[in-house]
Amino acid sequence: MAKTYYNPDDLRKFGKITEWSEDLGNKFFDYYGKVFEEGALSAREKSLIALAVSHVVKCPYCIDAYTKDGLQRGITKEEMMEAVHAGAAIESGATLVHGVQMMNKYDKLSM
Amino acid sequence: MPLLKSLSARKNDLSKPENQLAFLSNGIFKEGELPFFKDKIAKTGNYPLKPKKLEILQLNLGYMCNQVCSHCHVDAGPDRKEIMTKETMQQCLEVIKTTKAHTLDLTGGAPEMNPNFRWFVEEASKAGIKDFIVRSNLTIILANKKYHDLPEFFKKYNVHVVSSLPFYKKEKTDKQRGNGVFDKSIKALQMLNAVGYAQPDTELKLDLVYNPAGAFLPTNQQALEQDFKTALKEDFNIDFDNLFAITNLPISRFLEFLIASENYEDYMYALVEAYNPAAVESVMCTNTISVSWDGWLYDCDFNQMLELKVDSKVQHISDYNEDLLNNREIRISQHCYGCTAGAGSSCQGTVA
Repeated sequence: MAKTYYNPDDLRKFGKITEWSEDLGNKFFDYYGKVFEEGALSAREKSLIALAVSHVVKCPYCIDAYTKDGLQRGITKEEMMEAVHAGAAIESGATLVHGVQMMNKYDKLSM
Repeated sequence: MPLLKSLSARKNDLSKPENQLAFLSNGIFKEGELPFFKDKIAKTGNYPLKPKKLEILQLNLGYMCNQVCSHCHVDAGPDRKEIMTKETMQQCLEVIKTTKAHTLDLTGGAPEMNPNFRWFVEEASKAGIKDFIVRSNLTIILANKKYHDLPEFFKKYNVHVVSSLPFYKKEKTDKQRGNGVFDKSIKALQMLNAVGYAQPDTELKLDLVYNPAGAFLPTNQQALEQDFKTALKEDFNIDFDNLFAITNLPISRFLEFLIASENYEDYMYALVEAYNPAAVESVMCTNTISVSWDGWLYDCDFNQMLELKVDSKVQHISDYNEDLLNNREIRISQHCYGCTAGAGSSCQGTVA
């Protein structure tokens, strides 16, 4: 067994998940492929969303994959970093908005 | 980072084609992780790979270049002295007069640095070839006073100019091709536009070549072309006709980069995963003959750099025979995955 939880080579093996559950695996990859096709949003826009979400969910495989995808699409590093900030802003906002809950509770408990 | 010297001048092991070919057949391929190209195309019924109708005659006028790009598959640079002689050019001219190919494609190095370049273009243009391409790195036009009139010269002989521009932003271009290359390339493109290239009232064609500045594959050629057109027009008022998206093949200096940056295995996986049988059908070597500076014949420019001469009784321009050559089997190795990935890749861009 590997001594670390994450191994970059495992990204290449992603497709192998179908081997232990073919139907569900194939359905997932069909869905995944369809999601990232050109649609109401361009594939380029979706690549940037995927990059931002990759950071929010802290998936190293996804970060590798969508950094490369962005480079392939000619997305600039400035655009990539802004996307990461958009994800980070929502994530920190999600934390901070709970500050209101804290304030509410504080006020309720206080005389 | 851009390099200062060729692999050859650095006496790097990879300057020897046999070492590159050995590297490309060992490791992940020898261990069976990835299939050999021969086995892959056999599975889709494309082995042996045979030529179709000859369309393009590509002549390499020499490996000398004013740039030392980090991805260069030719290992070109100012330190390379291999230059096509006038005698070999004369042999080429005889072939140009009779070939059935509709396109003549001059490349290098910087072909303009060959001292007999202008004479050769003038002579070759008399043969009435339909599409006469010169692959120009653009910066050569500004490299020295004697090259400043190249746009006018190209115009005079109705040369179709195909120029490399890795990206429409300075940073990526300079990183791959050297400091200052982007600004000079932009200036050269403006000079070409000024004499009529890619302008609506002329037939002078100017195409650009994009190749990824790193260990990744090119994306959709049309989408990139649109991005290039918008950016170059808005930022520099530059027009061009078509963009060719070319995949970097894992040979020579790009192979050196892949190994040094520990991207080699991932890159080969990406190429193999993107294998497209439809691209094999139209792969460049099936319609091209590549001639080296010293007159030897190859299936393509990449095989030329790997010194894989055509598998035919006819191997030199002095014995050129199109019918005999068209009966050959095309020589292949693992670098060929670069031309069959995704929408395919050739000197004319995507093929599938």
